[in-house]
Amino acid sequence: MATQAIEQPPVPAAPEMPQETYLNAARGVFSWLLTKDHKRIAILYLIPVTLMFFVGGAAIAVSRLNLMTPEGGLVEPDTYNKLFTIHGVVMIFFFLVPVIPTVLGNFLLPMMIGAKDLAFPRINLLSWYLYMLGAGWATIAVLAGGVDTGWTFYTPYSSQASHYNVVMTMTGGVIAGFSSLLTGLNFIVTVHWLRAPGLTWFRLPIFVWATYATSFIFLLAVPVLAMALIMVIIERALHFGIFDPALGGDPLLFQHLFWFYSHPAVYIMILPAMGVVSEVIPCFARKQLYGYKFVAYSSFGIACLGFFVWAHHMFVAGISMYAAMIFSSLTFLVAVPSAIKVFNWTATLYKGSISFEAPMLFALGFIALFTMGGLTGLFLATLGMDMHVHDTYFVVAHFHFIMVGGTVLGYMAGLHYWWPKITGRMYSDWWSRIGAIVMFIGFFLTFLPQFVLGYNGMPRRTHMYVPEFQVWNVMSTAGASILGVGYILPLCYLIPSLWFGKPAGPNPWHATGLEWQTASPPPKENFASSPVVVRPPYQYHLEKAQNEP
Amino acid sequence: MNPEDSLLTDELREEFEQTMLASERLEAQFHDIEQQHQAASLGMWAFLATEVMFFGTLFLGVYVYRHAYPDAFEKASERLNWLIGGINTVVLLVSSLTVVLAVHYASLGRRKPLVVFLTLTMLLGLCFLSLKGLEYYIDYLENLIPGWKFEPQEWVQAGLRPDQVPNVRLFFSFYWIMTSLHALHVTIGVGAMAVLMVLAWRGHFSPAYYIPVDVTALYWHFVDIVWIFLLPTLYLMGTHHWGK
Amino acid sequence: MIAEIALFPTAASTTAAAVDRLLLFLVAVCGGVGLLVACLMIFFCVVYRRRPGETGNPPETHASHALEWFWTITPLAIFMVMFLWGAEVYLGAYRAPDNAMPIYVVGKQWMWKFQHPEGQREIDALHSLFIPDFRIHMDLLPERYTSVWFQATRPGIYRLFCSQYCGTNHAGMIGTVIALEPADYERWLRLGAEGSLALQGRKTFLKYLCASCHSADASARAPLLENLFDKPVYLSDGSVVTADENYLRESIIYPSAKIVAGYENIMPTFKGQISEEEIIEIIGFIKSLTPGAMPKRVEEYPPPTTTPPINTKD
Repeated sequence: MATQAIEQPPVPAAPEMPQETYLNAARGVFSWLLTKDHKRIAILYLIPVTLMFFVGGAAIAVSRLNLMTPEGGLVEPDTYNKLFTIHGVVMIFFFLVPVIPTVLGNFLLPMMIGAKDLAFPRINLLSWYLYMLGAGWATIAVLAGGVDTGWTFYTPYSSQASHYNVVMTMTGGVIAGFSSLLTGLNFIVTVHWLRAPGLTWFRLPIFVWATYATSFIFLLAVPVLAMALIMVIIERALHFGIFDPALGGDPLLFQHLFWFYSHPAVYIMILPAMGVVSEVIPCFARKQLYGYKFVAYSSFGIACLGFFVWAHHMFVAGISMYAAMIFSSLTFLVAVPSAIKVFNWTATLYKGSISFEAPMLFALGFIALFTMGGLTGLFLATLGMDMHVHDTYFVVAHFHFIMVGGTVLGYMAGLHYWWPKITGRMYSDWWSRIGAIVMFIGFFLTFLPQFVLGYNGMPRRTHMYVPEFQVWNVMSTAGASILGVGYILPLCYLIPSLWFGKPAGPNPWHATGLEWQTASPPPKENFASSPVVVRPPYQYHLEKAQNEP
Repeated sequence: MNPEDSLLTDELREEFEQTMLASERLEAQFHDIEQQHQAASLGMWAFLATEVMFFGTLFLGVYVYRHAYPDAFEKASERLNWLIGGINTVVLLVSSLTVVLAVHYASLGRRKPLVVFLTLTMLLGLCFLSLKGLEYYIDYLENLIPGWKFEPQEWVQAGLRPDQVPNVRLFFSFYWIMTSLHALHVTIGVGAMAVLMVLAWRGHFSPAYYIPVDVTALYWHFVDIVWIFLLPTLYLMGTHHWGK
Repeated sequence: MIAEIALFPTAASTTAAAVDRLLLFLVAVCGGVGLLVACLMIFFCVVYRRRPGETGNPPETHASHALEWFWTITPLAIFMVMFLWGAEVYLGAYRAPDNAMPIYVVGKQWMWKFQHPEGQREIDALHSLFIPDFRIHMDLLPERYTSVWFQATRPGIYRLFCSQYCGTNHAGMIGTVIALEPADYERWLRLGAEGSLALQGRKTFLKYLCASCHSADASARAPLLENLFDKPVYLSDGSVVTADENYLRESIIYPSAKIVAGYENIMPTFKGQISEEEIIEIIGFIKSLTPGAMPKRVEEYPPPTTTPPINTKD
């Protein structure tokens, strides 16, 4: 009897690592330290930024342990005050502000617009050196005794009374500020002048829009903070008083200048994360982003309006009632674009084809936690509510929902999404999903009790508290330990993937976007030939399905 | 082939050489020198925007305190050396003219006038700095440095109350910080002019490539504009009282 | 009233009740919207999850502009309601009614002083008075008075915190506020009459010999202080100011800043000699000065037989 061979469809070959990538284009330490390649600079940023994250995390771990009992006592009061200050300074200036722009932005922005590099590669390298200098300086300040003013450095305590390393820490902050300023400048010029042919403004991915809007904030807000800090440095070092009350100096002037930067800074921290989420959700729902133009405009709206709300940090600081009302109403206005984005992301899921790999889990977690953080921000924008919960743990919980639940989860989503592009390797699907879930649960347990603490009246920045607050503090510390595990987990599966991960191929997620049209890891000049763009972004209905080979 | 038979005229050869020169300066991420020039220009404008915010913070501080302590600030302002300030203003304005001319000749490829005007700009910048140094020395002699050389009694004799004298110190804190910061920017500009001068002398620039001259001139104009605001803000605060 | 586990703070003032109502509104609206978004997300993730073996991608969809504008305008409208309600509560909390009893607070590193102070003023750090059960909060600034008011609605012992970080012992800068029924308060006042602010102020006024110029004599070289508080004062340069706390304080520290019309610039400054707390006492005394209550020049501390009125606003 004749047998018939059954024809199987040809199995495509598993992807292989490309021969020449940006990683092996040149060898030796100096080829990295003197590189002009934006991709290498992104890797150069990745290492210290991750280190600073764990330094800031270690500081607050000790603080949370101290807060297990009402009397504290694990560390001296001054030490506790230094710990929360270090936590704030390091996390904000050396992790949250730079992380997505310098790691993901540096790597991806030129690729997403089809360019060979940023507009000013040498300035990009300079930005990295300035960051290292600033971070190094701040680290020395910590080792030399720390600073205890809180990351907000309010005068006259910082300019007159504190006995610790205010000048040194501030100097580190100023230098890091110049680093981010130059990065923002580079990004703006790049997006204006280096887009590939056919890539009009409304064909740009939202990540580019978000990074572009963030860069404007870098440009206009950072110098004000730099000058405010320099004024305090001069006051302490040269005794030229600007904020000295004995000379007639006004502590409120410092607060206005400080918050003029530091409020837009929170939009620096969240806009890029929103950009990441706007890339990930369409990919894993296999649908174009709902309301692309509205999302693009809202990125700009947030960046602009964000400059007009700073004094909502000062409602009970002694500003006039009229000023308070103006800033309160403006703060409500700036909440609208964020709401628009959340609704658009949710609508993108409608009638999609959704899968739940780690990037998507992180992105969905972002939407949940950012929404909750944003809603509690409305509480703080409400004058009658803020006058009660100002400077309590309610505020602490609110901004951690945004910064950790928002920015960190957004960064994790981006890191997991573009890891295959950056390294050419896939990581463990299973462990990465567990990592996302552990982080989410740990976060919730850590910060939800703090809303209760805040409304009940526990003030911020206190090393001891009254006994009735203990239950919630213990709960929060317990959650923090779970969150800590969640942070360690990615190290445990991402790092091994560098050697043992499956080669990813150019487009493992079958995503749209120019960065996926080239090899993983990409070659030094990004594209073999300059791409030409003919269609809008997120045209997932034209792509292969994700599970197709 | 006989050189006289070549279709390549002298002008064409010159243009060809300069385009080759320019292409050496073309960076990989740009597709032509024109794009590179526009990017560099935008970059400098963006940087100047940051400088506006940087100096603007100090200007805001002066205006806030001037509003709070008008008498002390006006009396303090009167003691500043408006003569040197005025001369310096003229110096900087002329230097902006010379730098514009430098850019003009750079775009035409005229090396000698380019070098001349870059040198003039640099010299005028140095003139500004020297006059500033002189002014600072005079301020030192006149006890206008709070925390170092300052006589509270002088101000009481000048008609202020003792409780207003600390506000005078506040004014001078701003004066010293703002003018020193500006002088630092002028110094950086002078250094940049010196570098440009040497490069221009060596024939580094051409009509196709004169980006550094263009963007440095932008920076120089900005430094000039900051001074235009500094002068009335610090030196002319009390002048609306003249004639009263 | 101090519970073992803080679940919800006592509402012990009229402000607290207003804030709690506002909280309810905010929780309802924000909770509702948050819940809606969460449910939608979970619903979509479940219903539209990719089934195994599913191939192809969903078809193109087009965003509805009407929907976009709807979820732009609707939140904006809700936010405006939140803003207005919040502003109303806030204005209620920071505009004290006319018959409010003044209590003066001085914050120093790291203690609070109410009404019975001693010692010199230092400029060290900002502090913030925070009484959670009253839902009130106000920063303290150097060289200025800031103010907030409350009306307690139930007697009890309530916690008081500093909520503006101010250095090493910021966490230790706590206290208690004891609210009494009016009858109990009167009794406490009478027993502790010696401590009342106006009386202390009267002693301080005499201690610094203010009465030597500010007497009620016809030949007085200094303006009359009776019935002065919160009244307009005509100055020698033609302008008018209101004699509020800041004006009184300035007149003691920088007397030549504002000269009353018809008087000479002869008042000496007491800067450096008089403490911040004593200034507060004198202001309290001046507030209490009804016509005829000015001490005579030769008087020497005898306390009045009845408690002087704490506030008189005619």
